[in-house]
Amino acid sequence: MGIETSTLDRSAIHGEEMVLNIGPQHPSTHGVLRLQVLTDGEIVTKITPYIGYLHRCFEKHCENVTYEQVIPYTDRCDYVASMNNNFGYAVAMEELMGIEVPEKVHHIRVIVAELNRIASHHLAIGTFGLDVGAFTPFLYCFRDRERILDLFELLCGARLLYNYIWVGGVSHDFPIGFVEKVYEFLDYFEPKIQEYNDLLTFNKIFIERTADVGVLPADVAISYGVSGPNLRGSGVKWDLRKNEPYSIYNKFEFDIPIGTGAMGTVGDCWDRYYVRIRELEESVKITRQALDQMPREGDVHAALPKKIRPPKGHVYSRTETPRGDLGFYIISDGKPKPFRLKLRSPAFTALSCIDEIARGWMIADVIAILGSLDIVLGEIDR
Amino acid sequence: MELLLQKFSEVSFLSGIPSALLFVFAATLIAVSLFMFVAVNAIVAVYAERKISAFMQDRLGPMGQGVGLHAGKWGLLQTVADAIKLLIKEDIIPSLADRKLFILAPFILFIGAFIVFVGIPFNQHILVADFNIGVFYIIAMSSIGVIGIILAGYGSNNKWALYGAMRSAAQIISYEIPLALSLLTVIMLVGSLKMQDIIIAQHGLIWGILPNWFIFNNPFTFIAFFIFFISGVAEVNRTPFDLPEAESELVAGFHTEYSGMRWAFFFLAEYANMFIVAAMSAILFLGGWQSPIPGYMDSPAWGLFWFMGKAIFLIFVMMWFRWTFPRLRTDQLMQMCWKYFLPISFINILGVGLWDLWLN
Repeated sequence: MGIETSTLDRSAIHGEEMVLNIGPQHPSTHGVLRLQVLTDGEIVTKITPYIGYLHRCFEKHCENVTYEQVIPYTDRCDYVASMNNNFGYAVAMEELMGIEVPEKVHHIRVIVAELNRIASHHLAIGTFGLDVGAFTPFLYCFRDRERILDLFELLCGARLLYNYIWVGGVSHDFPIGFVEKVYEFLDYFEPKIQEYNDLLTFNKIFIERTADVGVLPADVAISYGVSGPNLRGSGVKWDLRKNEPYSIYNKFEFDIPIGTGAMGTVGDCWDRYYVRIRELEESVKITRQALDQMPREGDVHAALPKKIRPPKGHVYSRTETPRGDLGFYIISDGKPKPFRLKLRSPAFTALSCIDEIARGWMIADVIAILGSLDIVLGEIDR
Repeated sequence: MELLLQKFSEVSFLSGIPSALLFVFAATLIAVSLFMFVAVNAIVAVYAERKISAFMQDRLGPMGQGVGLHAGKWGLLQTVADAIKLLIKEDIIPSLADRKLFILAPFILFIGAFIVFVGIPFNQHILVADFNIGVFYIIAMSSIGVIGIILAGYGSNNKWALYGAMRSAAQIISYEIPLALSLLTVIMLVGSLKMQDIIIAQHGLIWGILPNWFIFNNPFTFIAFFIFFISGVAEVNRTPFDLPEAESELVAGFHTEYSGMRWAFFFLAEYANMFIVAAMSAILFLGGWQSPIPGYMDSPAWGLFWFMGKAIFLIFVMMWFRWTFPRLRTDQLMQMCWKYFLPISFINILGVGLWDLWLN
């Protein structure tokens, strides 16, 4: 059905084109993004994303603070998955300094990162539902996300910007009873995935709206540098947790769900969405294994000097956040402050391909495609 | 109306007043009471919508807060508070808007919904006017609203509003056709356009156990009911057909620029239209004020109860739709209307005709 629209012979009904600004104040741009859209009736002929409304000079700020003080800034990049951003920076710093962190720290990091991945995917699924007009799944997702946020509040006192994973360790150990609470949450949460499927995933209207829409072919995705669930939705089995394992991800058994084109074409909105749903299950699996194997005793910090002074040199390290490959490029000149820090944002690359995949679709589809890419403007603008 | 005038003429102290004046008085009385009904309907429906959506989404919805009972017990006063808020809000008209059209639009939309109530029988007696073209009148008048929507979209001088209005015009005009065609099946069986005749024709039992409502009359009217109801939902722009006001795409659609009382009129009209669709479905296919057990509980008071019960149930179904389904896309909406509903409606008319011939 969607194919019909995009290949419609519009020469006969060609009308005047109109420029439409979607955003920066718009309910469905997932932040302050402006999409300048050229429309011919309902059909979109060109999309130009304008970013920078949330630019806070992240990279420049980092040059003026010590290495430890960078961590709160990483929180504010991808504010939906702060743990994963902390994790990425910590991994990069440890690579730069050659620090080996205790076994327990690895487990704690994996547990919180996967929990945060679940929370982040909740937001992605829920808001994607909102974008295609389903209101209820959004609140179902937020009901369950709330439980994760409560867990994090118990863990580090913050609900959104955690500042929990530090260079060489984590800020503090799990509080008493936390492990049991996580188990409890996982038991509660696993059956809920089926609920989302019943309510949204296999809804006929939802499939009509998302299947075959906004197809991102694998070669286009790779040439744009798209990563994470968006790339996997296009059928490419690429996950840094498996392909370039960092921390202790090689110790766990989990699958990499990829888009199969079950409802339409490989790489359509539905595939990207369904990859996220299935990643929820995988994250639950990883969290369970990490909890089972976690050493209960031990220190949560590696031995580090009071002031971090990495040796001269540079490092590029990347980790898998809920949005894809998050890269940190850090240049050290031996001083306590980074000489240069560059963040490679997965959401930025995802947004860059929107014109390619959303051109020729209708306004409603552009919103759906944008939702399926799951962008976070904090990370794009930095 | 006739009944009211007759009652007036029986009252002795009114006998000196000329009948024309009495007519005006009666008409005003009826108009005011209908307006009250529409307003109360909107207030109750908004509260119900909030509570129903809340329960479907694992929330509580509006609740009284603490000792002061902020919005009444269980939030009962929430809608009243909202209405007061809307009344005292600043009236904003965009400087580049077409003032006349902008001001006129909500009233046209509301009038389109309001005058339909003249033709709706609430029970055996409560009916303002039982026209001999009752059904036709209702279908004709309920289409006036679309003019209001187009004016709102055009007059706002806003691209989102314009999109909403264009979508709405296409949608309402398209869905009018299957709506009217599925309604024809009932008229074919009754042989009259009068509302009361249609309801009276649904008296008794059919197939031995079921009430003789048209939904159960034959397979074709059964299908016609669903087409009628779904088209009706599309007519009143409710999810999954709420494209004209799709909040995730068009911000708020045709009423993007409206606020305060003008905005409230759009909502008054929406809930009035919802009631009309539910009421029409109930009258045409579910026996109107007829009791489900013929011969029992069919006094006028019970008639009002049955009619309102059926209508409220159907309104609940619409709310249920809204909080369950995603939204269709414009082309899918049109496809559903022209490729599926329209041919099925034609087959329905043919089928009902043959069925009627075969039985009689």
